[in-house]
Amino acid sequence: MADMRQDKVPVAEQEPKVRAKNFEEVTLGYSLEKAVREARRCLNCKARPCMNGCPVGVRIPEFIEKVAGGDLEAAYGIIKTTNSLPAVCGRVCPQENQCEGNCVRGKKGEPVAIGRLERFVADYMRDKEPEVKIPAPNGHKVAVVGAGPSGLTAAGDLAKQGYEVTVFEAFHTAGGVLMYGIPEFRLPKTIVQHEIDNLTKMGVNIMTNMVIGKVLSVDELFEMGYEAVFVGSGAGLPRFMGIDGEGLIGVYSANEYLTRINLMKAYKKEYATPIMKSQKVAVVGGGNVAMDAARSALRIGAKKVYVVYRRSMDELPARKEEVHHAMEEGVEFLTLNNPVEIRGDDNGRVRAVVCRKMELGEPDESGRRSPVAVEGSDYELEVDTVIMAIGTSPNPLIRNTTPGLDVNKRGCLIVDDTEATTKEGVYAGGDAVTGAATVILAMGAGKKAAAAIDAYIKNKSGEE
Amino acid sequence: MFKIIRRKKLNDSVVLMDIDAPFIAKKADAGQFVIVRADEFSERIPLTIADFDRDKGTVTIIFQTIGGSTMTLAALNEGDAIRDVVGPLGVATEYEPNVKKVAVIGGGVGCAIAYPQAKKLNNMGVDVQLIAGFRNKDIIILEDEMRSASTELHICTDDGSYGYHGFVTDKLKELIDAGANFDEVIAIGPVPMMKFVCKVTEPYNIKTIVSLNPIMIDGTGMCGGCRVRVGGEIKYACVDGPDFDGHKVDFNELVRRNSTYSESEKQHVCRLMGGATNG
Repeated sequence: MADMRQDKVPVAEQEPKVRAKNFEEVTLGYSLEKAVREARRCLNCKARPCMNGCPVGVRIPEFIEKVAGGDLEAAYGIIKTTNSLPAVCGRVCPQENQCEGNCVRGKKGEPVAIGRLERFVADYMRDKEPEVKIPAPNGHKVAVVGAGPSGLTAAGDLAKQGYEVTVFEAFHTAGGVLMYGIPEFRLPKTIVQHEIDNLTKMGVNIMTNMVIGKVLSVDELFEMGYEAVFVGSGAGLPRFMGIDGEGLIGVYSANEYLTRINLMKAYKKEYATPIMKSQKVAVVGGGNVAMDAARSALRIGAKKVYVVYRRSMDELPARKEEVHHAMEEGVEFLTLNNPVEIRGDDNGRVRAVVCRKMELGEPDESGRRSPVAVEGSDYELEVDTVIMAIGTSPNPLIRNTTPGLDVNKRGCLIVDDTEATTKEGVYAGGDAVTGAATVILAMGAGKKAAAAIDAYIKNKSGEE
Repeated sequence: MFKIIRRKKLNDSVVLMDIDAPFIAKKADAGQFVIVRADEFSERIPLTIADFDRDKGTVTIIFQTIGGSTMTLAALNEGDAIRDVVGPLGVATEYEPNVKKVAVIGGGVGCAIAYPQAKKLNNMGVDVQLIAGFRNKDIIILEDEMRSASTELHICTDDGSYGYHGFVTDKLKELIDAGANFDEVIAIGPVPMMKFVCKVTEPYNIKTIVSLNPIMIDGTGMCGGCRVRVGGEIKYACVDGPDFDGHKVDFNELVRRNSTYSESEKQHVCRLMGGATNG
């Protein structure tokens, strides 16, 4: 009989005032006892709606049943059959829109804490993991461009089937957005590194400092004997608003701000990376990246951090938990506000951002009520730093150097429902295809592409 | 890891290194750059490729020690390894078709970048007038190399201790007024120098290419740090550049943005050209 308590077993967190000053992980995770108790809330229902909400198809009720019975190794084994990065997903997936959003228990009370349980299992097993088995080679080579969530997932799935996989990463460290974008306090880098190490133990070869489209072209990868190429090159150029003052000192893209902090470790004394010692910061945007930038700014030492978003709290695209955490830590939300100008002092440093009040009008194409400016409502918000977190457009390097690779008018690679691009043997997924989206959607695409690549190569070589 | 094959001091603060990087050497072209990270704790420093040898698999970087990260890099010896070198990044310089006569202008350590441009044009059979500016005689670099890569080399010193007494802009104007009839001018050096070169060429309507080196992290079009305003539009030096039409570049904004960390982070910020304000 399931535990019918309506609320999730609470999880321990660092105190908001304490954590807003450090980069340690905010959420501390379940103990074994708590995890077992939470797992018992699962009804193990036949319909399994939770699984329909999971882009990588984790067999959720099955692993939860094992947790409820205290068999963590079995639970881990079940998760790992479909998800190569469980410690990551348990922390960063927007569960409320996916698995937990579909959970029957959520109809009356809170859904089962699937994300926390997934994270618990992965963390619990981290130092108890059985030897990674090296699959028998199948004699085929595949190249993966980009060591972010989609590329690592594709690489993992292909390696499991015996492919010789080489991942080409542009940065000096593998991990993509998991390393440069998502902050340490939300996703500790040792966890990401552990997942990457597991892949390399399985035989995946990761080459850093390799910018495909520059040092080697996609066509050259084929010449080198790779039979298929997966492109997971990720988010590209950050968007700016095109308003006056974006060239002032103190205007960052969220990508730059977060990369300085997360990848280049600007918050650690022993690293040479500079970052502005901001006092008052405005972060423009309402997604997870905006939350990450705002909360990082607090930790870097800002006294006041505003999130400036043109719609209302209901439309904020960020994960609920991140918004909640940000508010607890003291981030102030200026919703229904839109920056129209950034003003500087005599030295060209940001002095204020001019905001215009907005109100919600009719729903737009996205179904969300669109913001309409309130005339005459402009006011100056005094800040010394503005961080633009309003999205990115895809990276041009690969599309510009790969004949036959078609893109849509936004510059995103065009793929069919197997993630195949318009060029034979080339598959793609993640932000390079969708524009800025989530880690788990990128992983789902990597997974689908790996299956399609496997079918493509076997078909071509006359196997099966 | 990338092994240093050769290390040579060009003057008190400028160092040349040949680095074993066969993949990069195979693709490198004049105008492109690499990003190097000397060790785990260093910044990622963009450095224009000064030379390359496809057969030996080496690329050459020349840099001035300005801050912490360039000092760490300069402290490495032959046989040591640089932690990370990535490239070739940026778009190789594109010349006007059928150019016959070009002025290539280098300022200070910027001559390290002007040199490969001159060499390439020289090999194409173009008349290359290379104008190289330095503060004084003691800091002159690459004199022999530049001489062999040009039709005529004009070394200028601010104090007159060697060659022409005056700025590169003075020499350029003299040559133009004497009827040099340049098809194109390529200027590489400190931002103020490039700005004033553009001011000289604008009234004569001579196409002027400048090579920009703004603040940059990834160099692949992700961070947006290297954005510059060109002809009123935002461009990214790492993927759209580093070369731009100098008559369209907003130099004031570039100077300003390059100074972002100059106050508090003098020890850390390393810009090849931004730091050498007087060449």
